[in-house]
Amino acid sequence: MNIRAQVSSVFHLDKCIGCHTCSIACKNIWTDRKGAEYMWWNNVETKPGTGYPTKWEDQKQYKGGWEKAGSDLQLKMGNKSALLGRIFHNPDLPTMDDYYEPFTFKYQDLTNAPAGDDQPTARPVSMVSGKPMKIEAGPNWDDDLSGSNIYAANDPGVVQLSEEEQQQMFAIEKMVMFYLPRICNHCLNAGCVAGCPSGAIYKRGEDGIVLISQDKCRGWRMCVSACPYKKTYYGWSTGKSEKCILCYPRQEAGEAPGCFHSCVGRIRYLGVLLYDADRIEAVAKLEDKELAAAQREMILDPFDPEVIAAAKKAGIATAVMDAARKSPTYKFVKEWGIALPLHPEFRTLPMLFYVPPLLPILSKEQQGVQKLADDFFTSLEQARLPLKYLAGLFAGGNEEEIKAVYRKLIAVRIQRRNVTVGDLDNAEVDKAREIAGLSTETIEAIFRMTSLTSIKQRIVIPPMLREQAIEAGMDPEAYKQEMGFGSRKAPKRRW
Amino acid sequence: MIDMILFGVFPYVAVALAVAVGIYRYCFDRYSYSSQSSQFLESRALFWGSVPWHYAILLVLLAHLLAFLFPAAWGTLLGAPGRLYLLEVSGMVLGVVTCIAMLVLIFRRAANDRVSAVTTRVDWLLLVALLVQVATGVFIAISMRWGGFWYVHTVSPWLWSLVSFSPNVDYLASMPFVVKLHAVNAFFLVALFPFSRLVHVVSIPLAYIARPYQLVVWYRQRKQV
Ligand code: SF4
Ligand code: SF4
Repeated sequence: MNIRAQVSSVFHLDKCIGCHTCSIACKNIWTDRKGAEYMWWNNVETKPGTGYPTKWEDQKQYKGGWEKAGSDLQLKMGNKSALLGRIFHNPDLPTMDDYYEPFTFKYQDLTNAPAGDDQPTARPVSMVSGKPMKIEAGPNWDDDLSGSNIYAANDPGVVQLSEEEQQQMFAIEKMVMFYLPRICNHCLNAGCVAGCPSGAIYKRGEDGIVLISQDKCRGWRMCVSACPYKKTYYGWSTGKSEKCILCYPRQEAGEAPGCFHSCVGRIRYLGVLLYDADRIEAVAKLEDKELAAAQREMILDPFDPEVIAAAKKAGIATAVMDAARKSPTYKFVKEWGIALPLHPEFRTLPMLFYVPPLLPILSKEQQGVQKLADDFFTSLEQARLPLKYLAGLFAGGNEEEIKAVYRKLIAVRIQRRNVTVGDLDNAEVDKAREIAGLSTETIEAIFRMTSLTSIKQRIVIPPMLREQAIEAGMDPEAYKQEMGFGSRKAPKRRW
Repeated sequence: MIDMILFGVFPYVAVALAVAVGIYRYCFDRYSYSSQSSQFLESRALFWGSVPWHYAILLVLLAHLLAFLFPAAWGTLLGAPGRLYLLEVSGMVLGVVTCIAMLVLIFRRAANDRVSAVTTRVDWLLLVALLVQVATGVFIAISMRWGGFWYVHTVSPWLWSLVSFSPNVDYLASMPFVVKLHAVNAFFLVALFPFSRLVHVVSIPLAYIARPYQLVVWYRQRKQV
């Protein structure tokens, strides 16, 4: 057993209000500069929709993530030599048009215009070339289903549904959407790390944060293609790729990452998970439908004495183990089993999990008593978003996996409704609990963690023990991480 | 005198600059080592320029290098007319490919607003120098037949005389102007190497083939706690 600790996250989609505060917080801290304007390390998309960059989920187009090649696992872009052979031109690289061209407006025209009969206007100009341009896209162009006949209808998850299911989704009175905030998943089997020819991308051993060494990156831009989530970005002005750093400088100072801290809906949970690194490869090779469950299984119990002993042997600090025992993500993912990875079938073993959205379920009133439409399982199957669509997002197509989560979420909702409104049949509440397989206490705990927690309970940052860090240069053989993200010079071209 | 400066002194200056500045830049501004790819801004024309350019120029350079390093073996290799003919033709074709590809790349940089916005003056200088280099190369190949052959008796001994620190510029002094230009411009490119994006040629990531997919870096000494 080779135990490692991973700082992981859970996003509770039922709580996201789509306000984009997280994106702005991140932009203001990290990407508000030339060459990075178009990068949204944190972005929020509307589902169904094509997202950012457009259709990023379609790996037939972008070739991100892994695929099985015989008994081996190989990047979808091709094996290592094929990848090197395409270094002069990477056919799978998204271009700026797949994201959007960053723009600003010529505001000075408003004040500088000579007096005249017409109102002066501020024309949009490109932030790349400085020339006037037509704005045709933005990072959340399809927000709230705008242009749904172009965007939502072309969602790679929607396209694979049957005609009937699609119609059901877009029937005007049933039209439904939810928000999907995305950051780098800090994967266990990261595609970006595997695709980098320079070896500039690495996972930090202690906390699992994936970083790109800016000094080692040579701009080969293979990581951009290799990441199936399109969460590494090529800096067009610096010639370096960059990605979400999970605000490790803030975490090292004991602060929550910017997007977590600013989240208005308080949807974001952060905590340590323990896993067995020796199992990464075996798990990543499983069938699509087994992946979500296997990822849950490979997470180890921090209360288990055997795990504690093995962790000690692996050099995981006691303080980190304490944090692992308080970890809200452990509860969501492992203990309660209500958080799932996004697109586990990309096989990067993402460490950001989502509690799927419990969209309004159908109910009806009978003699003053609110009843779930007949049996809530039928209603689940007739849910406003087809289960198949949700299974395609969060479970590698495994509908049973999604159903199990929804049964639990529905049980929580029913029990809480009984407590606060008290208009349900007791038998119905018992039945929901029984079918979900949850005890009253667990439901109460899920409810508390979902709605009533303080930031200290939602975000449990392990001590990063910077005081024990080996400074770069002290032991160049064993610790050649150089400077990680932080470069001591301004990120601009000097030569 | 001018021959001595151009073919006896300048090459040393160029190589010294390349090594010294290259190392300085690597040690003190490693961040600046990048291919500065602009594919993200424009991908189609780049494909038609970059791919033929890189593969053709690598082969042409390889031929120059082999003929310089192993003149005797190279001479024997070209001993048979069939092989000489094959080399002559493939060299010429590759040369023409580099010329066309370079024109595509230059046109792309000039014509595409986004790409020209990320092009510096040094980039332009480099592109022009490269175009001069491949154009003179093709001109020489066409106007002075069987270059694969005479190279071994003129350029190769000159380069070896430079390597042994007893520069003998007579080999080049009697050559036509375009050959001289080709030779001087070659060392100009060497001199330009550390000051431009050309540095990316020393970062060809061949080690990738042998390394494991995943990389993990530990920040703390992992002692038993
Ligand atoms: S999500 Fe993050 S860690 Fe995973 S492959 Fe993409 S960039 Fe790498
Ligand atoms: S800040 Fe929170 S609630 Fe707002 S969009 Fe981001 S994740 Fe959703």
